[in-house]
Amino acid sequence: MSPAPHADDRHAMRQPTTSSQTVGPYLHIGLTWLNTANLIANVAGVRSILVAGRIVDGDGAPVSDAAIEIWQADASGKYAHPEDARDLPGTAGFAGFGRCPTDADGRYAFTTLKPGRVPAPGGGWQAPHINVTIFMRGMLRQLNTRIYFGDEAAANADDPVLTSVPPARRATLVAVAGANAGDYRFDIVLQGKGETVFFAV
Amino acid sequence: MDSTTKAPASAATKPAPRALRGYRADDPGTQPAYLYPPYASTQKRAPHEALVRLPWSLSEVTGPLFGFERIRANDFDLTKQHDGAPIGERIVVSGRVLDANGKPVPHALVEIWQANAAGRYPHPVDQHDAPTDPNFTGAGRTLTDAEGRYRFVTIRPGEYPWRNHPNAWRPAHIHFSLFGPAFATRLVTQMYFPGDPLLEFDPMYMSIPDEKARKRLVSAFDWETTIPETALGYRFDVVLRGRDETPMENDLVLPR
Repeated sequence: MSPAPHADDRHAMRQPTTSSQTVGPYLHIGLTWLNTANLIANVAGVRSILVAGRIVDGDGAPVSDAAIEIWQADASGKYAHPEDARDLPGTAGFAGFGRCPTDADGRYAFTTLKPGRVPAPGGGWQAPHINVTIFMRGMLRQLNTRIYFGDEAAANADDPVLTSVPPARRATLVAVAGANAGDYRFDIVLQGKGETVFFAV
Repeated sequence: MDSTTKAPASAATKPAPRALRGYRADDPGTQPAYLYPPYASTQKRAPHEALVRLPWSLSEVTGPLFGFERIRANDFDLTKQHDGAPIGERIVVSGRVLDANGKPVPHALVEIWQANAAGRYPHPVDQHDAPTDPNFTGAGRTLTDAEGRYRFVTIRPGEYPWRNHPNAWRPAHIHFSLFGPAFATRLVTQMYFPGDPLLEFDPMYMSIPDEKARKRLVSAFDWETTIPETALGYRFDVVLRGRDETPMENDLVLPR
């Protein structure tokens, strides 16, 4: 039970959060059932994009036992969540959640739609982005990053999160548009040269 | 600074001020660092650079929500997922999912996975010389009820060796994955068993700096949920991050 009520009763029920532990090497046993590499399987009439890449460790070796989860808004920038109470219709069949394990070569791929702009803290707009959570053996707590889009230069230049990152590291957050329309490449470098920017949420 | 007085940048959207509260940071010492050299696999996987702090926006206070439609009736009972009963000691693992403000987290998706009674996972990476059990996969999932309660029936997992250091053994554990209400409340952890002599030698368990926080990962034997002549009960409560209750410092203005 909680300690005796504090003079400030707002804090009386406070308790520390549970500690994180790694998913370990056998994550697939528990997590595969919810794999969702195609977020738009049940969505009609949207332009699909393919966001794919590879995770490598500090030696440049592929990470073959990671799981990547993504969370994103729809094309209008609306999250399918009651906290996003803006009067926008949302997209039927689009939940905004994806989960994909990496393969033997460290690769993952999501078929999804390009998110719209989401309100920024303090007003204005964030550039289109996908929120990313990464789990793997050897990672005692998850890593978070964001995927921005290389063909959104104007929006990216305006984005309060991207512009808060040291300029030399910003490119690590931006998926590179491929030769085919709608293809984006986003590699994740865990450590060392070219290390991806990871966020404290 | 009272940020609620800031003018929204985008006039075209006719923005109205709307409070947005973030989630409180974890208490000091409760979370492991990314780099913990005694756990060898952290050494090439931990970032070298400091994390960049995100401001609170809709991206972090929203998150995936799940319904019952994907949960099957026997997903909570790992002893009834095959034709026969698995080998091992049947146990009930139950508890509550709360937030750090002490409020229950309803409809939270809880996923678990674990080794069988012999300490073996049915997974290609696990080549430990111990038998697999055709009647035990070791995966379960459920949603918490309106009061944040969850319950699994399973078998007690075995300890098993791993190659982190010479004569390394993992204490018995069950992996837990939880989705709270927001991207910011996602948590993956492991539940341990009381009295396990391996705990103090386990680099994963010992990676948590605060001893009291470590001990909260150890479930409690529980008479109340023990089923006579059937299964011992273990209780394990999980606390996810809680909403910041002092919005003056954290309120943001969102265009609508």
